Order: sequence, then structure tokens, then C-alpha cells
Amino acid sequence: MKLPEIDLCLIAPEIIVAAFGFFVLLVDVFFSKRENKAYLGWISLVGIFFAGALAVTQAGSVKSGFEGMFISDGYALFFRITFLIIAFLTVLISMGYTQREGIAFGEYYALILFATLGMMLMAAGTHLVIIFLGLETMSISIYILAGMMREDKRSVEAALKYFLLGAFATGFLLYGIALIYGATGSLYLKDVASYIASKNLLRNPMLLMSLVFLTIGFGFKIASVPFHMWTPDVYEGAPTSITAFMATGVKAAGFSALVRVFFSALPGFRPDWTSIMWLIAVATMTVGNIVAISQSNIKRMLAYSSIAHAGYILVAFVAGNDLGVSGILFYLMAYAFMNIGAFTCVILLGKKGEENTLIRDYAGIGFKYPLLSAAMTIFLLSMAGIPPLGGFMAKFYVFSAAVKEKFYWLAILGVLNSAVSVYYYLRVTVLMYFREPEREITGLQFSPAAVAALVLAVIGTLYMGIFPSNVLSFAQKSIAGLM
Amino acid sequence: MFEYVWLIPLFPAIGFVLNGFLGRRLGKGFVSWVGPSAIGLSFLTAIFIFFELIGRPPAERHFEKVIFDWVVSGNFRTVIGYQIDPLSILMALVVTGVSFFIHIYSVGYMHDDPGYPRYFTYLNLFVFMMLNLILANNFLLMFVGWEGVGLCSYLLIGFWFEKDSASNAGKKAFVVNRVGDFGFILGMFLLFTSLGKHGIWTLDFTEVFANANKLDPATVTTITILLFIGACGKSAQIPLYVWLPDAMEGPTPVSSLIHAATMVTAGVYMVARCNVLYSMAPVSMAIVAIVGVATAIYTASIGFCQTDIKKVLAYSTISQLGYMFLGVGVGAYSAGIFHLMTHAFFKGLLFLGAGSVMHALSGELDMRKMGALRKKIPITFWTFFIATLAIAGIPGLSGFFSKDEILWQAFSSSHGHFLLWLVAAVAAGMTAFYMFRALFMTFFGQSRVDPHVAHHIHESPKIMTVPLMILAFLSIVGGYVGVPHVLGGANHVHEFLAPVVGGGAELGKAHAGISLLSQAWASSGEAGGHSAALELLMMVISVVIALIGIGIAYLFYIKNPALPKLLAERWRGLYRLVYNKYYVDELYEILFINSLKSLGTGLWRGFDDFVIDGTVNGIAYLIGWLSGSIRRVQTGLVQNYAFAMILGGVIIAGYYLIRGIFY
Amino acid sequence: MLIEYLAILIYIAIAIGFALFAVVASHLLGQRKRTALKEAPYECGMTTVGSSFRRIPIKYYIIAMLFLLFDIEVVFLYPWAVVFKQMKSFAFISMAVFIGILLIAYIYIWKKGALEWE
Repeated sequence: MKLPEIDLCLIAPEIIVAAFGFFVLLVDVFFSKRENKAYLGWISLVGIFFAGALAVTQAGSVKSGFEGMFISDGYALFFRITFLIIAFLTVLISMGYTQREGIAFGEYYALILFATLGMMLMAAGTHLVIIFLGLETMSISIYILAGMMREDKRSVEAALKYFLLGAFATGFLLYGIALIYGATGSLYLKDVASYIASKNLLRNPMLLMSLVFLTIGFGFKIASVPFHMWTPDVYEGAPTSITAFMATGVKAAGFSALVRVFFSALPGFRPDWTSIMWLIAVATMTVGNIVAISQSNIKRMLAYSSIAHAGYILVAFVAGNDLGVSGILFYLMAYAFMNIGAFTCVILLGKKGEENTLIRDYAGIGFKYPLLSAAMTIFLLSMAGIPPLGGFMAKFYVFSAAVKEKFYWLAILGVLNSAVSVYYYLRVTVLMYFREPEREITGLQFSPAAVAALVLAVIGTLYMGIFPSNVLSFAQKSIAGLM
Repeated sequence: MFEYVWLIPLFPAIGFVLNGFLGRRLGKGFVSWVGPSAIGLSFLTAIFIFFELIGRPPAERHFEKVIFDWVVSGNFRTVIGYQIDPLSILMALVVTGVSFFIHIYSVGYMHDDPGYPRYFTYLNLFVFMMLNLILANNFLLMFVGWEGVGLCSYLLIGFWFEKDSASNAGKKAFVVNRVGDFGFILGMFLLFTSLGKHGIWTLDFTEVFANANKLDPATVTTITILLFIGACGKSAQIPLYVWLPDAMEGPTPVSSLIHAATMVTAGVYMVARCNVLYSMAPVSMAIVAIVGVATAIYTASIGFCQTDIKKVLAYSTISQLGYMFLGVGVGAYSAGIFHLMTHAFFKGLLFLGAGSVMHALSGELDMRKMGALRKKIPITFWTFFIATLAIAGIPGLSGFFSKDEILWQAFSSSHGHFLLWLVAAVAAGMTAFYMFRALFMTFFGQSRVDPHVAHHIHESPKIMTVPLMILAFLSIVGGYVGVPHVLGGANHVHEFLAPVVGGGAELGKAHAGISLLSQAWASSGEAGGHSAALELLMMVISVVIALIGIGIAYLFYIKNPALPKLLAERWRGLYRLVYNKYYVDELYEILFINSLKSLGTGLWRGFDDFVIDGTVNGIAYLIGWLSGSIRRVQTGLVQNYAFAMILGGVIIAGYYLIRGIFY
Repeated sequence: MLIEYLAILIYIAIAIGFALFAVVASHLLGQRKRTALKEAPYECGMTTVGSSFRRIPIKYYIIAMLFLLFDIEVVFLYPWAVVFKQMKSFAFISMAVFIGILLIAYIYIWKKGALEWE
């Protein structure tokens, strides 16, 4: 009997992440008496770091394994590193926050690790079932994480809503996958593409329906209009550290799978999905930005802003050229730094029993907490797309990719949207520096780990803005062979 | 050692960061060490690299170090990279060397200023930017430095921003420079796109110059003129010179470093760097030379009537920059750079001397309230005297060799012309006159010092006088690296720079036929074959002219001090005209500032307030309204959210359906 | 192609036919006597006490769910056992990893106290 070949080196980073997840879980139950769970965060950080180091050693080689279900290529590498950076920063900002909010559970860190594992599988899977399994591993972990604050109604509501709608979207996704299998007889991305090409199935209604379902399924994860409605409620209710994780990690994972599936398995349908994605991109940007304007809660505002950013990234997706796809990777990395950074500031400005998440609360903190405000300003300006910050370069690549493919209107609408977004980002900055505080915010305790995360995020944001070419060329190398 | 070229700009950058962030906290002692030693270290590095460079055969004296990719977009790639070649290393030596001494001087001069850390922060930043400008291996990085030094200049002119005149002078410098920079940017764009037409998307010096021959002459001429407009702004040439005299509002060491020795020479450096382009465009060269010589004589004449010692030096600087442009404009790039170097020594020294005088006189600037300081501040006097001799072109001092080289080239080069020489020689005489006028008024004659000030006149401390002496020494010997062949010298400077600017000279000959000026010159039948005797003769003539200038100054201000007043009354109108700097500031005020202001006001009230604001506010209102109404869709009910998803799916499916039917 | 499914079709038809036959036959042949006991919703088992809309301890669900989870994992053991002889150590190690992961979960729920009723 022929045994399947198993090359465990291929999934070494994933194994490390999973093993540390289990380890954290076990350590927690054996030392359950300990009140302070921060040491579990440190263990997780070690695991994430190891996984990252292992991932980096695989750079440059393209290897497929597990019967071709899994690939370790540049694309997977880039996303692994992105996810691990996100997880790293999330764990850093969580340690003080969970303690403060009374949600210091050991499972918290384990679930972050499991979610990261799922994300990594999504980016590296070349078989629809692997991608689906990754997506589920990630999603289920996040459902739980979103509801971690069991005492808080909004958190429970967030978890329930996310779970219900997530299950709904997953159903669509699975149905889409089933239809693909029905039409082509395979779940391997490459085989699907070659079968469609050889049998000329471009007008096959089953496949077109699967396209619709996949769009819903992935559109939900990346929070694009009209599958975005859950975002503000969930982002607002979930613990802030998890909101940061969702806004960056889940979105990046959604995009990693979306790009891989659409470009590897369904490239023939590009004329079909281009116009749909065009529409979704414009709607996503516009709705996100416009509604963000009238928000009074900063977490909600950032939620809408994250919808808008999904729209910008979709612009590059529509462009679909080399620059566009590498622009997506670049954007997600830059977005990870600036968005986690912004949420870190939100966390740091709160204290036990007083979250201070209203935009009003930011009035006048500029002089009271100058460094925190300076960092927040950097992140907000970066998200608004002001040079020389990472967000600017990201938008620049995305829009220039659109222009290069002659999607002029898309680029124009994108830039206009960017202009609108400046308003609500700057509003916070203006409040911080030019308004008198409505009430004193005192007694904040800055956890050192969160401050470290803040510094890392600032460095990342600046680095990607001032020296963008390093990351961009990495991204460009990463997408070789994808399309 | 070449690999470490990035250390040269790095040290000042570190100094900038340390002084900027920690200077205030760690105090003066810290700043006084960090500021000068940062520059000293980069000076040392430059020296090492210089010696390694001259150890190589001339053809191999070129090295580029790419630090990292800066902007990569499509087929366009620009790097942060530095290059070492004779031109850039010579500039680096001058800049770091002179900066180093001026930093040390500043420790004494600025000692009691409350903005001491800020001052050194800016000064370090300036050196960093200046080094980027001269070491850059591409136009973009050069432009970063170009703008950076402009910024530092603005910050330092307005260093005492609580004084209205200082902050206004800063603004003026910034705005006038902006006009020039605009030309520079346009030149860069044009260069980029026109090379791009040949498939070469680059702004790297090496590649640009290697492919310059692909451009057609008209384009090159436009590019070079546009670049020269930038140089006019930065190096204060007609018509954009007006900011430099006002820039004297800044601290005196700043005037010395930025507005005499280094930054203002950036334009000259840029033209020399682009010699390949300029040599292809004889018309541009003629413009450079004419603007240079016109500036030289024009501002020298303004120097006659100024009474503020720093203003005299400022106009003198503009005038000397004119010489440098004359040099590079006639194709004598090495002569221009040589003069740039010697000028950095003696003009830096003159300003520092003026600063020392001010220090002695509690900040007095008016020469009418000085006099007879020779004995009281002897070191300042002697060093100032040496510098004056040097700038006047007295044989044996550095200024003589460099200025004479320019004069001779203006006459003999294929781009030169007799008239250029004549005007420049007359201007040299005028220079000698007004500089000695300043010297006599300050240090000789009767003391006119305010009695309140008079009793505590004192020589400056060692930390200020030692840099003076070092620069005085350099002002004397600095010229011996470029003694012309006709005087039995080897003209090392020319040979050293030949690998960079030599190619330009050859190209120049090929195009010489097109040159407007040389055509006229050639038709007069005297081109070519200038003998050594002629060169010596010209040299003697220029020395004589200088001596005449000195003689007149002696006559006016020592022998017969009443004479100037008499003459001023005799030709009252002319005197007033020159005294008021030909009313150029007022003219600009009417022509540009007022008309722009009224245009601006009109646009503001009419167009901006009504049309633009109306539109913008309207849109803002509309978006605000939209935001409020779309928000209502967010009901918080899961079933509605799910419904939206379904609806989205139905729309997409419907689209595919319709598409399927119609295609 | 569809002919392969004919057997299933026939099987479905027989199944439905038999069910219909049984119901119809008992309806036609049997006799009906109404008693209170027969009209009750449940004919067998415990009689309900109080309202059925009452809260049930969460532990009940937890235990039920855990039972389901571990029970379903056993499904994997059947095909594994079938090919175990051919695959030898490979199969053993694979299953060891699988059981190992299950074991971690088991330890976790045990230490968490999910299996204790009190």
C-alpha cells in the first residue's frame, strides 16, 4: 500500500503555533490558581517568535506537500509573517488589558494561537477543504474571543451576532465550494482552473452560482458591503484587543484566501468578478467612510474605517495586476501596524470600569499624554493616507495599480473617499490637541507590554512609509507563481 | 573606507537627533560636545576618504554606495546612495571642515543664548542636509538636501523669531527660494521625461550624464536654464538675490556657515555637477556667465554705500558667487569650484571676524559707530585683514589665485569673451574698494564707538579666536593647491577635478561653434593661441585694478574722511539710488508682492469664500446628511443583517444572470 | 448513467410502499377505543412533573456536548482499524498524534472541572 508522503517541515510554523496553543492550555489548567495570566502571554510570544523564525528559514523555496493540499511558497510566507506579527502585537496589547478588564483566562491566549493557526492554513492551503478548515479554525476561535467579556452584555451580543452571521456566511462558502466540486470534480485550486479551461465552463451556471457564494463567504470575512453589517456591532462589543486582532488578522486572512482562490482557481472568470468587485469596492469604501463620519464611539469609528480600508484593498483586487496583488499584501501589512497601533491607544486610554471609548473623551489629551497622542496621531494620519507614513504608500500602490489597468474611475473614487476619510481621522487629532478636555482622565496605567507594542507599531508604520521598497519588493517576490 | 561614505552624513544626523531630543535636558555642556564633535568626526571621515581617493589613479576615482532603495515604482527606481568622486569629496572636505571650525566658534559666540540646544540642533541638521546635497548620487536625493538646507536656512535666519525682522527675513528667504526651487523641480521633471522618451527612466547622475547625448540641444538648453533658476534662488543671483542681505538677521556664525561658505554655493556645485548638460547647451552657459558677471558688478556697487558691516559682507558674498557662476558659465568648472573653496575660507572668516567685532561692541553692526578697533581687538583685526587681502585679490593669498583663474578663463575660454573679463575685472577693483572701506571704517581712523560701549571692548575668548586664526591660515595657503601653470604652479585643483568636469570641457569644445558669445569672439579674429605672456599681462592688470580700488578706499576713509560725504552730496540722486539698493526690494514689492496680494485677496473673497467654500461646505453638509441616514440602516438586528447579505447575493446573481443572457 | 441509481429508486419505492401499507392496513383493520391514557401526548416513560419550559443546568449541555465530541472521534477509529495492518507504524503514529490531541482536550476539560457534576 502506498503511504502518503508527509513532510512535516512544510508545516513546521503551523505545528509550533498549534503546539504552543496546547501548551498554554495545559499550563493554564495545571496552574489555575495563579491570578495573573500574563506569563501565558509571554509563552505565546515565544511560540509566535519561534514560528516566525521557522517561517523565515523557509523563505525562497517553494514546496508543495500533503498530496498537493498545502503549499509553502512566497505568498504563504508573506502571510504567515503578517499573521504572526499581528498575533505578536495582539498578545502584547492583551496582557495588561485582559488583567484590567477581568478577562484574564488562559484560554484567551490559546485561542489567539489557534486562530492564528487557522489563518496560516488559509493562506497556505491549495485545496478548498484546507482553506475551509483554516477558516473555521480561525472563526470559531474568534467567536469565543469576541464574547470573552461574559459579564458585559455588548460583548455577549457581539459574540452571538458574529457567530450567527458567521455561520450563515460559512454556509454560503461551503455551498460555493460544493458547487465547484460538483462542476469540476476537484477541490484542488490548480485542477479546478485547468478543468474549467479545458472544458470551457465559463458559462456554467453552477460555477457562476459558486462565484456568488464564494463572494458572500469571503466578503463577510473581509467586511465588504453589503456583508459588513456585523462589523460595527461586533467590533464595538468585543474586547478591544480582539477587535484589533479581528480588524487586521481576520481581514488579512480573508483576503489571503480570496486572492488565492480567485486568482488560482477561477482566473477564467475574471471578467465576471471584476465588475462585481468594482461595485463592491466602491460601495465598501463609500459606505465605510461616510458612516464613519457620524460615529461618536471610537471603536465604532475604527470599525467603519476598517470597512473602508477593505474597500481600498478591493481596488487593488480589481486591478489584479502584479502591482495590485503585491499592493494588497503591502496594504495588509501596513494596515496591521497602524490599526493595531490605533487600538492600542484606545486600550491605553481606558482604565478599569472606565473604557473612555467615546470620541469626546479624546478632547485635550494631547498635552496630558503627549507621547500617546503623538502615536495616535501617527496612526490616524497613516490611515488617512498622509505621507510619509505606511498608509500613504499602501494607498499609493493600490491606486496606481488601478490606474495602470485603466480603472480611472475606481482610482478617482478611491482618492475622493480618502479625502472624505481625512475628516474623521483628523477630527480626533483636532480634539486631542485643540480642545479643552470635558473631564479629567486620570490614573491611567500603561502596561509596559502594550507600550512596547505601541512602539513597534509606530516603527512599523514609519518604516513602511519611509522605506517602502523593502516590503514592496518582498511582496512582489511573494506573489511570483501565484497568478 | 569608501564603503563607509555614509558615515559622513550620519554623524551630523546623530548630532541632530541627540541635540534635538536630549539637548534641552542634558544642558549646554552636552550640546557643546556633541554639536562640534559630530561635525569633527565626519570631517575626519572625509579626510580619510579623500586620501584613499587620491591614492587611486585618476580614472578610477569614482565610487557609488547605495544605502537602500528609496522609491521603486514600475521601471523607475531611485536609491538613497552616495557617490565619491573628486568633486563631491572636495565639497565634503570644505563643508565639514569649515563647519567644524564655525561650530567651535559658535560654542563661544552663542554661549549665553537661551536657544543654545536648538541652535546646534538646527546647525547639525543643516550639515546633514548639505552633505546629502553634495554626496547624493542622484537628482532626487540632491533635491532632498537642496530643500533641507533651505529649511535649515529658514529656521536659522528666523532663529530669534521673537524679533519681527528676523522672522520676516526667514519668510522672505523661504519664499524667494521657493521660486527658484520651482525651476529646479521643473528642470528635473523635464530631464526625467525627456530621457524617458529614450527608454531611460532614471535620475542617477551617472546614467543621466552617460545618456545625455541622446537629448536634443533645445531640450538640454531648457533643462539647464530651469536648473539654473533653482541655482539663482539658492545662490542669490539676479533676480532672486534679494533674500540674502536680509538673511543677515540670523546669528553671525550662521551667516558665515550657511549664507557665505556653504549653502549658497550649492548652486555653483549643482552647475559643476551637471557640467555635462551645461556643456551641451552653450546658450545656457552664456546665460549663467552673464547673470554671474552682472550680479558680481551690480552687488559690488551696492556694497559701496552700505553701513552695516554684515550687509557689506552679504553683498560681497553675492558678488563673489557671481564670480563663481562666471567661472562655471565659461566652462571653467574647476576654477569656479576652486573659488568656491577659497571663498569659503575667507568669507567664512570675514563673517566670523564681523561676529567677533560685534561680540566686542555688544552687538553693534553699524560701521559708522566703529573705528580704531585695530589695537583693541588685535587678533580679530589681523585675521580680518588677511581675509580682506585675500578677497581683494592681492597676490600670494588664496583669493588671488582663484579669482585670477576665473578672470583668465573668462577671457580665454572658448565660451569666454573680452567683455566678460572687463566687467569682472572692474568688479574686482570695486570689491577691493568696498572691502577695504569696511576694513578702514572698522579698524582704522577715529573711534566713533558709543561711549557706553567703548569701555568694555574686549577681544573674544580663545574658542572664537582660534577658529579665526585657522581660517586665516587657510585663507593664505588655501590657494596654493591651485597655482596656475603660468606662475610655475601645478594647478592641482584643476587636475584633481578633471575626471569629473574635464569631460564637460571637451564636449564644450565640440559645441563651441554654436556658442553665441564665442561666435562673436571668433569673428573678431582673436580666438585661440593665447600666450603665457598675455595671461601674465592680464594678471598684472587685475592686480593693478585691485590696488587702485584699495588706493581709493585709502584716500576716502583714511586720508580724507570728509571726501565720501562730499561726493555723496554732489551726486545725491545716484547716492540715494545705490544706498537704497536700487530700490529693487520696493520694485518687487509693487510688482509681485502687492499684485499677488490683491490677486490673492480677490480670489479669497470672490472665488474661495463663495465658490470653493460653498461647494466644500455643501459637499460636507451632504455627506454629513448621508452619513446620518445610511447609519439608520444599522438596526442592530441580526435578521436585517442577514437579509442584507442575501440581498447582496441576489444582486450579484442577478447581474450574472443578465450578463449571461446578453453576452 | 442514471440507470445505476435504479436499484436505489426501487428500494425507496418499496420502503415507502411498505410504510404506507402498514399505516393504511392498521387504519382499516384495527379497532379504536378512546381512553384518557391513549389521548396523552406521551404513552410511555415518566409522566412529566411541572412545566417543561424550565431552566436546565448548563452542566447538562456541557456533558452532552463533550460526550458527542468524543463519541464522534471514535468514527475515525473504524477505517483506521481496517487498514491498520497495511499501514503499520505510519498508521500507529498518526493515530497516536490524533489520540494525543484528544488527550490534551480531555485533560483540559477534566482539570477545568467540566466533568464534575457538583
